[in-house]
Amino acid sequence: MSHEGCSHLLAGLSDFLDGEASAELCAEIQKHMADCNKCRVVINTLRKTVELYHQLPQPAFPDDARERLHKTLELSGYLK
Amino acid sequence: MSEINQDRELLERIRAGDISACDDCVRIHSHGIYRLALRLMRDPADAEDVVQETFLSAFKGIDRFDGRSGLSTWLYRIAFNAAMMRLRRRRPEFVPVDRADEQEEDLPIPEAMVDWCLLPEQELVRSEAREEMERAIGELPPKLRAVFVMRELEELSTEETAQALGLSEQAVKTRLHRARLLLRERLSSYFAAGASTNR
Repeated sequence: MSHEGCSHLLAGLSDFLDGEASAELCAEIQKHMADCNKCRVVINTLRKTVELYHQLPQPAFPDDARERLHKTLELSGYLK
Repeated sequence: MSEINQDRELLERIRAGDISACDDCVRIHSHGIYRLALRLMRDPADAEDVVQETFLSAFKGIDRFDGRSGLSTWLYRIAFNAAMMRLRRRRPEFVPVDRADEQEEDLPIPEAMVDWCLLPEQELVRSEAREEMERAIGELPPKLRAVFVMRELEELSTEETAQALGLSEQAVKTRLHRARLLLRERLSSYFAAGASTNR
């Protein structure tokens, strides 16, 4: 994406993917993507990166840590 | 009950000294606070300490909560500050999240041009790939990591993230974009290497 005509679109790519870009910017990016394979790859892989992170399993607060937290809060008078 | 009404009711009960309300608050919010702390601290024991400090500080200072943000946003802010204090103690040269000038930094220029989206889905979500994704988050600069975790993983809005981190909404958007570009680069290298090994 280092060639002419691509770099100035870089700042707007997240807005584009999040549906927050202006109609003008969307049209410009879509037109550019039709002609520029590198930008198409960057946008597709950026979109996929976000999608994969959304699917990442979320660790839970462990039960033993929760018990220790309860003990601490009990000692401080916030729980019983 | 909407989140706002739930927060308001919980807050009133905590302020009234209702111990079961503190219990409810911990039950509702501890998982999210722990996930943020774990990804900032990168150590389960340190993350647990941050969670403890967060709830102790919150209950102790509940009268200072003005209700302008949601209760969860306020808790994230306390957790974030507690984590930053610990990181600073661990590494005195650590750059605070709120001091770097966004305008002085250029966006990372994409270099990896492999279209790994074409890889089979099971390749993209296997456990090794997910471990790499977690490592990549952990290696983001802390100021980008905090924004990425809150916006992308905890699904706070731009406004909530800005409130929790004491940043402008534009700074949140810029940092999120920068984090995404860095993670794309990292995953591109990882999946490209895997694709060439499997060939």
